[in-house]
Amino acid sequence: MTDSTVDSTVGTAVGLYRTVRLVRRFEERAVELVRSGDIVGGIHPYIGQEAVAAGVCAALGPDDLVTGTHRGHGHVLAKGADPARMMAELTGRVTGLNQGRGGSMHAADFGVGILGANAIVGASGAIATGAAWARRRLGAPVVAATFFGDGAVNEGMLLESFNLAALWRVPVVFVCENNGYATTMRVEDAVAGSITGRAEAFGIPAATVDGQDPAAVLAATRDAVARARAGEGPTFLECRTRRFDAHHTFEHKVRLRYRTDEADLRTRDPVDIQGARLDGTTRSEVDSEVEAVLDEAVAFALGSPFPDPLTALDHLYASGLTPRPGSDV
Amino acid sequence: MPWLSYQKALNRALFDAMTADDTVFVLGEDVRVAASNVTVGLARRFGPDRVLDTPLSEQGFTSFATGAAMAGMRPVIEFQIPALLFLSFEQIVNHAHKFSLMTGGQCQVPVTYVVPGSGSRTGWAGQHSDHPYSLFAHVGVKTVVPATPTDAYGLLRSSVEDPDPVVVFAPAAALGVREDVDLATLAPVPLGSGRIHRHGADVTVVAVGHLVHDAIAVADDLAGSVSVEVFDPRTLYPFDWDGLTESVRRTGRLVVVDDANRTCGIAAEVIATMAERVRLAAPPVRVTRPDGAVLPFSIELDRATQPSRAQLAAAVALTVKER
Repeated sequence: MTDSTVDSTVGTAVGLYRTVRLVRRFEERAVELVRSGDIVGGIHPYIGQEAVAAGVCAALGPDDLVTGTHRGHGHVLAKGADPARMMAELTGRVTGLNQGRGGSMHAADFGVGILGANAIVGASGAIATGAAWARRRLGAPVVAATFFGDGAVNEGMLLESFNLAALWRVPVVFVCENNGYATTMRVEDAVAGSITGRAEAFGIPAATVDGQDPAAVLAATRDAVARARAGEGPTFLECRTRRFDAHHTFEHKVRLRYRTDEADLRTRDPVDIQGARLDGTTRSEVDSEVEAVLDEAVAFALGSPFPDPLTALDHLYASGLTPRPGSDV
Repeated sequence: MPWLSYQKALNRALFDAMTADDTVFVLGEDVRVAASNVTVGLARRFGPDRVLDTPLSEQGFTSFATGAAMAGMRPVIEFQIPALLFLSFEQIVNHAHKFSLMTGGQCQVPVTYVVPGSGSRTGWAGQHSDHPYSLFAHVGVKTVVPATPTDAYGLLRSSVEDPDPVVVFAPAAALGVREDVDLATLAPVPLGSGRIHRHGADVTVVAVGHLVHDAIAVADDLAGSVSVEVFDPRTLYPFDWDGLTESVRRTGRLVVVDDANRTCGIAAEVIATMAERVRLAAPPVRVTRPDGAVLPFSIELDRATQPSRAQLAAAVALTVKER
């Protein structure tokens, strides 16, 4: 952190701006590192959707839990993971959040309640539901927020988790980031009925939220979290958002033609929407501070060692069981 | 001493595990009324909060258990039929099993999956009669197949205490096995340790689950002509390779009897590993279900697809033909 007189406490107008700006610039720096070959395998950029992670996580406390998606960098950063250790994870370094074992699609930081991004669409709703139920059972009054995209609302496993959460009044907030596309498939072509209607079918209160406005997402999430803490069970938020960039960085090389919203794609930018609520001096102070944090993060990542290949299967078993090698020679 | 049935041993293991550790809870379909008999009395003793009846949502409640385990509890899932493992395979393999490594060791996922009534239940036909333990060994999920009541007790206790996911197959054909035991001697049995039920000098028969009892019977029948050693791996993953190697080095001959399909089954792995480690005196033989077997309904067809004692005796005879 650089010296700053700006109060960017989580949940304030400045705090929300700092988060969306941090996530935006983190992603832009990460895309550069994909291009330079420092991040192998590519990433699913969160650019355009920052308001959702920022608003949801601002309504959560440090002990609350989140699970994320393959497009999950925003969730991890907004929940409070160290950007330097996150960048180190993306670049496969031993200093990464997961010691370089997870990468972009599996980043986790249990110390701040991040139970992991999950690369299987619709898979983490049930995990978040079980985790929130268990923590509550163990005496910790926590709430879990689980992020998923519009593509996930057609996954049976996710719908099963709606049922379990509603039946057992589990303190979970289901956050659908509807960015209009499941990879290349338009939501209109994939979803029969409505997205919120799926939650309503299980008796879960559902709201549609402006997912480009961090303050709107925060307000809706605060209501949902209050319900959960009061023992009233799950809430569903459909955050209408826009993915400005590609589904995955491989699209930067192989152009896929499927978007019909290119023309007005960036007209509602969450960084500008929240930035306009700050005076110019404050905004540029936050921008400088974020840039310094990211300079440090990239330097830390690229200066960190890679894991030793001899440790490739470390942590496979929590019991310490050593698997047989692939060959005895 | 009292007679303990295999089924009662599983029940007793759950009872003792729940008494020993408040974070252990059971979930599954019809577990409060104990439709499979394994969870009898648990709801009355521990209350409905620790014995959760779930809706028919196997994928959902399997990952619910993963989340609960990551958050500090020790769930035990009962699956009424083995085919539900196909339905929840993705949740077990791709999530529960992978989280420890993918998070760099930040979490443990101590879930136990118990299948009381795996394999053929006689007349339950194609979708209720599989024995998919080799699939779990293949992907590296700890896999246990106890043969006796004491091992059922001991291995289930160890599975619940283990910090990783463990699948416990309780073969339908073993559930009625009874053993005269001093209940005070029941104790956890470590995963990964095999057991020699009967010592012999001429051939090692590796038998999985309920087939251990068939192997002992065949060994008794052949006692006048062949000295058969019966090796029960008890855990298929991790496998007690050193224990088996010691046995096969002594006998020099190997037969494996395994109630699962032939291609890529655990019998194939046992033979491959022994071929790598030991110079065998005769080609090894396996007795398994046929390739790609789907158990047909009619009783003679059901039996025809499972390994038989006659096949096992013939396999033993083949390996000792030239001495």
